[in-house]
Amino acid sequence: MANPHDYATAAPEIFLALAAMALLMLGVFRGNRSTRSLCWLAVASFAIALLLVFQAPAERSVSFAGMYVADSFTAFVKAMVLIASGAGLIMSMGYIRDEGMARFEYPVLFMLATLGMMMMVSANDLIALYMGIELQSLALYVIAAFQRDSLRSTEAGLKYFVLGALSSGMLLYGCSLIYGFTGATGFDAIAVALKGQEHAGIGLIVGIVFLCAGLAFKVSAVPFHMWTPDVYEGAPTPVTAFFAVAPKIAALALFMRALIVPFLAISADWQQIIIVISIASMLLGAFAAIWQDNIKRLMAYSSIGHVGYALIGLAAGSTEGVRGVLVYLAIYLAMNVGTFACILCMRRKTGMVEGVSDLAGLSKSNPMMALALAIFMFSMAGIPPLGGFFGKFYVFIAAMNAELYALAVIGVLASVVGAFYYLRIIKVMYFDEPGEPFEGPMSVEMRAIIGLCSIVVVFFAFYTAPFVASAEVAAAALVP
Amino acid sequence: MAFLEIGLGHYLTLAAVVFTIGVFGIFLNRKNVIIILMSIELMLLAVNINLIAFSAYLHDLVGQIFALFVLTVAAGEAAIGLAIIVVYFRNRGTIEVEDINLMKG
Repeated sequence: MANPHDYATAAPEIFLALAAMALLMLGVFRGNRSTRSLCWLAVASFAIALLLVFQAPAERSVSFAGMYVADSFTAFVKAMVLIASGAGLIMSMGYIRDEGMARFEYPVLFMLATLGMMMMVSANDLIALYMGIELQSLALYVIAAFQRDSLRSTEAGLKYFVLGALSSGMLLYGCSLIYGFTGATGFDAIAVALKGQEHAGIGLIVGIVFLCAGLAFKVSAVPFHMWTPDVYEGAPTPVTAFFAVAPKIAALALFMRALIVPFLAISADWQQIIIVISIASMLLGAFAAIWQDNIKRLMAYSSIGHVGYALIGLAAGSTEGVRGVLVYLAIYLAMNVGTFACILCMRRKTGMVEGVSDLAGLSKSNPMMALALAIFMFSMAGIPPLGGFFGKFYVFIAAMNAELYALAVIGVLASVVGAFYYLRIIKVMYFDEPGEPFEGPMSVEMRAIIGLCSIVVVFFAFYTAPFVASAEVAAAALVP
Repeated sequence: MAFLEIGLGHYLTLAAVVFTIGVFGIFLNRKNVIIILMSIELMLLAVNINLIAFSAYLHDLVGQIFALFVLTVAAGEAAIGLAIIVVYFRNRGTIEVEDINLMKG
């Protein structure tokens, strides 16, 4: 039976679920004109949930018969997810009003998707894992198709749905095999069942492969990345901004927990899978983006590459590796939110524009935005002393200490190739002939988000030590 | 007559075959998106066969509870899939798989 302690462990999620239902009722009674106030209420709920996350005790607490866990790792990741969702919602407000898609379901779906992500992060059982993923995915399918009069948005939603459902099927098949061959669904129980084994049986390995395939779909790692460029391009831009950050963070955290906690004993068996998809993602992210002119598509390939770098930390499978992934994700959050805030400001009288060439001469028409975007691009390319450099640095260090030299070398080479298209954007902004300027002035929210993100990225070098220390504490909670 | 007894292996084989049919249904089908929905349903049902077979074999109820969850979520998934297909059809006027090609590259 659930006792009060159970509810305390899941307090942020329970609060968010209740708030989502309350907001839904409010929306039903007040109609679409209340969308803007609902959006701000949703952001406030994210902020309260964030407070609840930080208020929870730091030590590990397991509840609901071992299905649900809260420790400093989940607190760290949930904080990132909530910030990303809040920023995504704030960035959406102007866009959904201008594009005539300001319906009250939008913030409610954001909240439900975020609730699903928090469940994923806290899942300590295959059933909880599946329920979290599905709650998140079902909400995201609808958000992707939210601009329902647009052919591109609905096509993006349809593609995302079909491939997402396929990935859920594979993940579930993997779960069923893991359950069958270990006799348990709880992560801790599986770890106990596998104690002392060096290698898994063939049935269990097949199960782990299917589980990895399903999770690789969710983080859009190669070879399960095909949906990413299409969905990113077709979905409304603020939705793309949301997709690129919050679900990635949650799915990577789940990926780490679902492999490290139950299967640490047989890590040699799954490490090879992660190494291969990590290398493939980094290379594809570096090369495929070179030919893209649509900036949303380019960001899709860029995010595939970033997932590849983050997976290096998981391949290392150590506390250091997990710490590297967490630092990487935090900086990825700041860079991507900032970049998408800039992309959302690319608006002319005729509507939104999405071409890299549309950025030509931005340094003359809007020097501040050009400077901010240049900072984000340099950071994504991994140029010191910006934040992106430290993200890559900590995962590469983990790979070196785990003796994965080839992985680290390929990672560095891929990041050199990847720098090409980031620098191309800077070249277009600063050295090309100016085109028609974007419609000004940017809204206060956008300025605030872009400013905050650039501050985080630029000054990361000054607070690296305390930040990495807190990531270290979080990582230690995951890897014993 | 031991070879006539239906054991765990038979169920697992059946589930694997049904699952494969589902995956192939998604990739080889060039006609209609509804068929993709049916294929997804097949995959989930194959998982359920697996879960229930293991549950009976291990004398453990968790597998059956898991199967109940999967059934429930599958219903929700089908509803959302159909809704998205309806919205898409209104814009495009067709749901042939070959016509879902606006974005490429």
